[in-house]
Amino acid sequence: MAHIKLPEGLPGIRGPMAFRPETAKPLNELAEVLLRSDNSLTRGERELIATYVSALNDCFFCQNAHGGLAQHYLQCDMNFIDQVKVDYESVALSDKLKALLAIAASVQKGGKHVMPQQIEKAKSLGATDNEIHDTVLIAAAFCMYNRYVDGLNTWAPQDRQIYIERGPRRAAEGYIDFDLYK
Amino acid sequence: MSKPHISIPEGLPGIRGLLSLRPDVAKPLSAFMEVLMRDENVLSRGERELIATYVSHLNNCFFCEQAHGGVTQYYLQCSSDFIQKIKSDLSEADISDKLKSLLRIAGSVVKGGKHVTSQQVEEAKLLGATDLEIHDVVLIAAAFCMFNRYTDGLNTWAPAETEFYTARAAQVAREGYSIKSST
Repeated sequence: MAHIKLPEGLPGIRGPMAFRPETAKPLNELAEVLLRSDNSLTRGERELIATYVSALNDCFFCQNAHGGLAQHYLQCDMNFIDQVKVDYESVALSDKLKALLAIAASVQKGGKHVMPQQIEKAKSLGATDNEIHDTVLIAAAFCMYNRYVDGLNTWAPQDRQIYIERGPRRAAEGYIDFDLYK
Repeated sequence: MSKPHISIPEGLPGIRGLLSLRPDVAKPLSAFMEVLMRDENVLSRGERELIATYVSHLNNCFFCEQAHGGVTQYYLQCSSDFIQKIKSDLSEADISDKLKSLLRIAGSVVKGGKHVTSQQVEEAKLLGATDLEIHDVVLIAAAFCMFNRYTDGLNTWAPAETEFYTARAAQVAREGYSIKSST
């Protein structure tokens, strides 16, 4: 049971967002800018960073909701996403994206864990300042969203296939113009 | 002093340089801060700033801890020793039991969402905390787990003197967190 009385039937972050629409609005606007606006990192790459950080934070709802989106954008299967979580070095991703995932993993531990060497490596592989900025902020933002979802002990469907089936719909509707109840 | 990990406009400390660099993210982040930290709420602005300060302290983020500590001092009309006592020995601090229970929940959120226990929430409710207050404490604590990582993850610069932050607190309290005051 959730720690507070939330509107029923809404999984994960959707319950607290319906409970408190005033804070939901800027939270969704932030997700829209970070994960969907024009960017040299693709939507799929950004959703993958969000999925990876959510896995490190052990947030079931977020890692599956964003995993479903990453899978949709990258046109990959669940095994691919799961392998990224276990050992992204062994997965067929660009070296640049691997360097950004390493930075995201350090942010998850704490801001001071990001090392100049990690930044230099990412830059040497072609990462721009904006890409590094966005990786750090996406990772930091999911350290918030994950804690919001689990800190209130929200409910989440356990069947992972549900999230994958929802991926295309979530990709089409985005984060600012959608019905929490659908 | 080591330099920031990316090129940031000079002269703006902490998160302010980042917000100046990226108005696209500054917009939702500023709007979020206004709602969370300043809008009408059963938790006073001072209490909310204290929660932000406490979380920033646990996350070892000097800029956020000092900036929000300064604003807390302004709202609560207290000394830096008062805030220091809360950080170092919460159970003995001179604040209400309800606020202590909310700060304990915030401390658990810092460790991770699943660290918040039903017992902590029950204790806060017994001491009079409403669902809305518990929601807001969890979200403020979670939000500062973001802001702290954003500020330190890009290795931003921060003034070392605490007077810088206390001197600026009245202005922050007056102007709020809207974008124009972030530069």
